[in-house]
Amino acid sequence: MNGTLTGFSTAALLPDLVVGVGALLLLLWSAARRDDDIDASRGAALGVVGVCAAALVAVVLLATGRVVPAPVPGIATDGFRWGIDAVILVGAALSALLAGDDARGRGMAQPEAFALVLLSVSGMLLLAAARDLILVFLGIELMSIPVYVLAGINRRSARSAEAALKYFLLGAFSTAFLLYGVALIYGATGATDVDAIAQAVAGAPGALPPVVLWLGIGAVMVGLGFKVGAVPFHMWTPDVYEGAPTPYTAFMAAGVKAAAFAAFARVLVEGMGGEVERWHPMLWWIAVVTMFGGNLVALTQRSVKRMLAYSSIAHAGYLLVAIVSNSALGSSALVFYLAAYTFATVGAFAVVQALGGTPEGDAIERWNGLFRVRPQLAVAMAVFMLALLGFPIAGGMGFFAKWYVLQAALAPVAPQLPQSRIAILLVLASVISAGYYLNIVARMFMRGRDADAPPVAPAPAWTRVVIGTCAVVLLVLGVYPTPAVQAAQSAALRPAMRTRGNRTVSAPSTAVSHLARGIRDSSVAVLP
Amino acid sequence: MMRDLLAGTGLSAWVLPALLTWPVVGAALVLLLAVPRADDADGADGADVISGGRDTTADTIRTPRVLATAVLIGEAVLALGLWTIFDPTAATWQARFDLPWIPAWGARISLGVDGLSLVMVMLTALLMPVAVIGSWRSVRERPASYYALLLALTTGIMGVFVARDLLFFYLCWELVLIPMYFMIGISGTGERSAASLQYFIVATLGSLLMLAAIVALWSAAGQHGFDIDQTIAAARGAMSFSEQRWLFLGFFAALAIKSAYFPLHSWLPAAQRSAPTSAAVALGIKVGTYGMIRFALPLFPAAALDPTLRITIIGVAVAGILYGALVASVQPDLRRLASYASVSHLGFVVLGIFALTAESLQGAMLVMLSHGISLGALFVLAGILEDRTGTSALDRFGGLARTLPVFAVAMVVVALSALGLPGTNGFVGEFLVLLGAFRNFPGLTLIATVGVILAAVYLLGALQRVLFTARREPSAEVPDGESRTMRVADLDARELTALAAFTVAIVWLGVAPAPVLRRMEGPVRRIVDQVQSGAMPRAVTAALAPSRPRPLVP
Repeated sequence: MNGTLTGFSTAALLPDLVVGVGALLLLLWSAARRDDDIDASRGAALGVVGVCAAALVAVVLLATGRVVPAPVPGIATDGFRWGIDAVILVGAALSALLAGDDARGRGMAQPEAFALVLLSVSGMLLLAAARDLILVFLGIELMSIPVYVLAGINRRSARSAEAALKYFLLGAFSTAFLLYGVALIYGATGATDVDAIAQAVAGAPGALPPVVLWLGIGAVMVGLGFKVGAVPFHMWTPDVYEGAPTPYTAFMAAGVKAAAFAAFARVLVEGMGGEVERWHPMLWWIAVVTMFGGNLVALTQRSVKRMLAYSSIAHAGYLLVAIVSNSALGSSALVFYLAAYTFATVGAFAVVQALGGTPEGDAIERWNGLFRVRPQLAVAMAVFMLALLGFPIAGGMGFFAKWYVLQAALAPVAPQLPQSRIAILLVLASVISAGYYLNIVARMFMRGRDADAPPVAPAPAWTRVVIGTCAVVLLVLGVYPTPAVQAAQSAALRPAMRTRGNRTVSAPSTAVSHLARGIRDSSVAVLP
Repeated sequence: MMRDLLAGTGLSAWVLPALLTWPVVGAALVLLLAVPRADDADGADGADVISGGRDTTADTIRTPRVLATAVLIGEAVLALGLWTIFDPTAATWQARFDLPWIPAWGARISLGVDGLSLVMVMLTALLMPVAVIGSWRSVRERPASYYALLLALTTGIMGVFVARDLLFFYLCWELVLIPMYFMIGISGTGERSAASLQYFIVATLGSLLMLAAIVALWSAAGQHGFDIDQTIAAARGAMSFSEQRWLFLGFFAALAIKSAYFPLHSWLPAAQRSAPTSAAVALGIKVGTYGMIRFALPLFPAAALDPTLRITIIGVAVAGILYGALVASVQPDLRRLASYASVSHLGFVVLGIFALTAESLQGAMLVMLSHGISLGALFVLAGILEDRTGTSALDRFGGLARTLPVFAVAMVVVALSALGLPGTNGFVGEFLVLLGAFRNFPGLTLIATVGVILAAVYLLGALQRVLFTARREPSAEVPDGESRTMRVADLDARELTALAAFTVAIVWLGVAPAPVLRRMEGPVRRIVDQVQSGAMPRAVTAALAPSRPRPLVP
């Protein structure tokens, strides 16, 4: 039991393989189901949970060193990847349970949708692992294309179809930016591998065409900015979040965001950390505009799903603050924050679903007096809202997430880039967000039920499980966050750095990165 | 003797964690036992709201109320045990408790009391049960959740007073906010939703600024941990004057907002207007000014001694004394009058704190104590009127001295103590503040003295209108005003008990404040020393401050 597996050649991709094989098996299984078997969805959802659990076991084995993978070029095997993988897998499993209830509730048998969920998850895992821009691109595509379909999976709803089309068009547009950026960076540095880029950036200051590199970084930031929903590339978010079936909205808000942020951090911090002066001001402003834009517009929303969409934009801003800090601490904060955010946001969407939304039915008035008819739902939703607000005790883990990001934000990036202003701005943005999170809380607890409010049916069993799990995890880790903090600490990236005057890359210490530096030339050769 | 007996039980090792966990356990009990099994969740609306059957209603209110009172009395007994084993001569932390919490950041659950904490713990532990007993009938809506939240609030307040770890302090600080928000919002009256939202958002703004300051302080002190004494020592040399000033302002924002420092006070009258009586009383326990003494002063001595900052804070505090008193004197409602009196008293506290002499700090602590007692009693009295007539508007009453003699006696005693009559608790504190502050700030202190006179004006005015003026003719808009006043019953046994307890405290602190003063003396001197030794001459600090290049990012 306590022996370690070493040199197992596919070990580095074990979680990805588990998910990929699971997706194919699920697809086969669902092909064998009859069309009118409405329980097939729940079976498939259980399948997703099982596959995610198996992959999570693999992640834990790898993260704790029980399995030591042989190095694979372009694939990270650091704690950051395992941390992000865990967040993605948990988020996907919880969303799948919601989707099982949802499909059954609508009387639609769509077991294939769950195979798409797993395919998308395998793309996300690839993104978390990618240390090569080509793999980042592949991961983004593998993740996004199934999600475009999932957004439109409710074929009876025009809004769902609209959401899918919008997401697809804007997603394709943003991918083009990303690809263009990759090409420009390759042109400037001669590499697509993250370490090779870091070395090229640090090693030969004079030889690089700075404009090309700058444009490349900018285009990559635009492409990834679309995926994480940062202002001003956020236009698709509210429409898609509102139109898509709620479980898949939760899946997008949690998983897609986590994976895209992982790639964002890897490319910028690990690859371009030495060029921090070049991208720092731009990302600084994107972070600030995203925090304030998301929060201010969220204040004006009348639909809870749209409000949560704008709230997710604001959270992208807080997460960008962690990246802006360009440090190991920042990447730990990123992982911790994503974990807390996943539980809070999946939980919140689960409550939205439990309330039973017709497409135009998630108006905020429906939440009035919820405490009087469904006290447990109301209390759970209050926990999720306070967690998103970052409030201690009652908001549980959300507080430590915000604390972690503040901690990263207050650490100086470089002597000439003081950070205290962005910390203050983050605080002020959070205060704005109290306006709409508390609006929901106040409506649930402090108003009477409207006379014409529709009755709220008891939530289906799995939805209750999801809500309960999210709330309990948030609250427990809010009182005793130590396990999560330790996990996040081991999930730190090593930013590429320059020492004063003499530019050197801090040596990455994973086996993969050593190897990757050794075979830099061959990995570059991937491109043509 | 008693002390040895208690010490023999190892009380000092577990009394502080017990003080924190006992109310939470009680809250859980209240929720479990008192919420009727809401199996019919769809029709649960009437579960603990008054509607229909009288007997069930009385039951659903009584159970949580009795249970909560019992828990709070238990808390008071624990606190009395703490008082007994406390060594009044030592200025150090006692009854310490320490548990690792988040080793990665060096955060510990580290508790302890010195004389200052002890006094505030006693105030909280004794005031809360008395407030609940004195407002027995004031909570009608959702009593189970209300009393559970009240118990959680007690834990939060206690935690603020016994925390020795900055991060744990912050958690408890915010734990005060959440129950209060729901208590006002769910069980309050009038504009309760708006009042609770205003309270929450304003307090959160301050709290988050303090959070940012705590993070920065923790980084500056070497990221070792949050222990207050170590942080004070480590942060001292590590920060330039300008850093100290910014972080001080972050702390001060939170502490001043929470203690309703003029001009950041406007949430307080709104909240106390809407809050049920016991919640309004709890709002009078000044966690904010305690935080100033415990954290803001010793952590940032150079900022606290900076002449500009100090004169501004004190000047605004004195303005607050006068403003609160003047606005109180035109309030048409007893509750709002008490709120503005609270704003005025708070000015004395801040004056005493930032005058920074041993006398004025002790005075500030005493004003905080007597403020909690006297204004708490005033809110209980207002609540008694409201329970009987549904209003505490001053012009709806008159001549109550004849119809409600016991109530009238109690109100006179409370009002006299609130205006600082010698022989009552109010006098000692204000006297010490003025005495101590006069040495450093004679002009402002003299102006502050006017506030004492104004207090007499508004409190005696209220007494006269409610108790002694002949009853008004029933006005046209409230035709039954007269008859309602006449039908009012005098104090019942519970209210009498509560007000008797208040009276005992008022007289005891007024006549023999020595036991309290003695316990505070050591810590107060220590804090004054800490601040004075941390002073940096401005010229030196200017030289020390690193000149930074202009940031690239605006």
